[in-house]
Amino acid sequence: MSIVVQDLLLQVENLHKRFDDHVVLAGVGVEVARGSVFTLLGPSGAGKSVFLKCLADVLQPDAGRIIFEGRPLSSGDRAGRAKFRRRCSFLFQNNALFDSLSTLENVALPLEQTTNLTDQEIRARSREALRQLEIDDHADRYPSQLSGGMQKRLALARAIVTRPELVFFDEPTAGLDPLRRNAVFTMIAKYQRQFNFTALIVTHDVDEALVASDRVALLDQGRICFAGTPAEFSASPNPIVRAFRDSAEALESSLSAIRRADDFPSEDS
Amino acid sequence: MLKLLGRQTLHVVSGFGDFALFTGTSFSSAVKSRRLARRIARAVYEQGALCLPVVLIVGTFTGLVLGLQGYYVLNRFDAQGLLGALVSLSLVREMAPVLTALVLVGQAGSALAAELGIQRNSEQIVALETMGVSSHGYLIAPRLIAALFVFPIQTALFVAVGLWGGSLSGSLLLGVQPGIYWSSVERAVESRDVRECFLKAAIFGLLTISICAYNGFNTHRCRSATGARAVSASTTRAVVHSSIIVLAADYVITSFLV
Repeated sequence: MSIVVQDLLLQVENLHKRFDDHVVLAGVGVEVARGSVFTLLGPSGAGKSVFLKCLADVLQPDAGRIIFEGRPLSSGDRAGRAKFRRRCSFLFQNNALFDSLSTLENVALPLEQTTNLTDQEIRARSREALRQLEIDDHADRYPSQLSGGMQKRLALARAIVTRPELVFFDEPTAGLDPLRRNAVFTMIAKYQRQFNFTALIVTHDVDEALVASDRVALLDQGRICFAGTPAEFSASPNPIVRAFRDSAEALESSLSAIRRADDFPSEDS
Repeated sequence: MLKLLGRQTLHVVSGFGDFALFTGTSFSSAVKSRRLARRIARAVYEQGALCLPVVLIVGTFTGLVLGLQGYYVLNRFDAQGLLGALVSLSLVREMAPVLTALVLVGQAGSALAAELGIQRNSEQIVALETMGVSSHGYLIAPRLIAALFVFPIQTALFVAVGLWGGSLSGSLLLGVQPGIYWSSVERAVESRDVRECFLKAAIFGLLTISICAYNGFNTHRCRSATGARAVSASTTRAVVHSSIIVLAADYVITSFLV
């Protein structure tokens, strides 16, 4: 199923990926408009992260086409793919921060390695990114000395410091409590507007995704079974969409009940 | 049985090919890598300054033992005057390059394998790739380049303290005249011996650091374990393989040079 939107930045057609006999992606296709927030929903194990890693060139798809700004990225075109990678950033589920580098060095690294900027320019731009994400007071600290929320912001600072056009978010709220999940999605939406990048998010958090996204799609058993606006998703009579929505709501209400009963502590500080 | 043998042979051959490709890619990535000199300096510090105390201690004791053993062997033939020649040639031609490489494998090599293994497990290496940064150029190339000159320098220092250790046990403890000891050293060691010593050290450095980096970098491919155990397994494999390769390469190089 494909969507019709103007000014497409990224198109994915018929993407296939399997690991041995296990088919993970069976012909996935999505279209992402420039400057929008696109969220791919799906239950755990549906292949969302694999899909994102195929797009980010971390994994090689078995078949299918990835078209960036109207130009297909072929697997043999190393220069083209390297150029594509430099225009994208990836925010990992576990942040993947360099634990032996300070906060400032983490943010400076992509600039040091992919640009010809001088040391002074790199330092200024890195400090500016830290300031915009409100962690400039911790520039000399190491990632392990930061709270979970700060680590997430540091990962985002590192992702946007190169001024990418497309940022991939792999389960940005995994393992966070509802309040933190909300805060992370608010942060993504805020900085997406501030820096005007296109965001492609994969998550299973329905409520937050519907608020923060321009378009959503649902991945089920390796295929896209729904694509549309958040309002269309909420009203969709599609049985798979309804089942996913209901299961997410049921899970949320049971977790809330457990938290109320046990005074369950928040995971993040 | 034949099938198993064939599979194992293919596995070994493809492993060698993969390793060669890894080392080649690392060196070729160095050309495009930015701010390489800084990371080489860091690698020189890791393989050089941090390992220097152990190299000096092992070198001193090796020299002491060689002086002691050499004295009693030469004493049987009333040739104590050749003690300097025995200690220096043993050190320069064989013991210094081999033992220095083994010491550096134990300290710098194991640390490198563990560091890369943890970086692989925590997706730091994938993060580099998604930024458009060559992980080979950023993480491996500086270590390989540093090894090419740190290993020979460490070996030279090992020889220096080893000779001093030999003189300590031979002259101070057992009564060989220091002048006789040092003139024997001077007469025995030729420039060819020193060249071969440095050549061996550079080759051992390249081989061992590549093997340690290869094992750490490919921690995620470990079939027998995952997570922390995979890091442990890859570090162990790195040290064992490197140590064996040093001894095997020593025999091969010596057979070509002698």
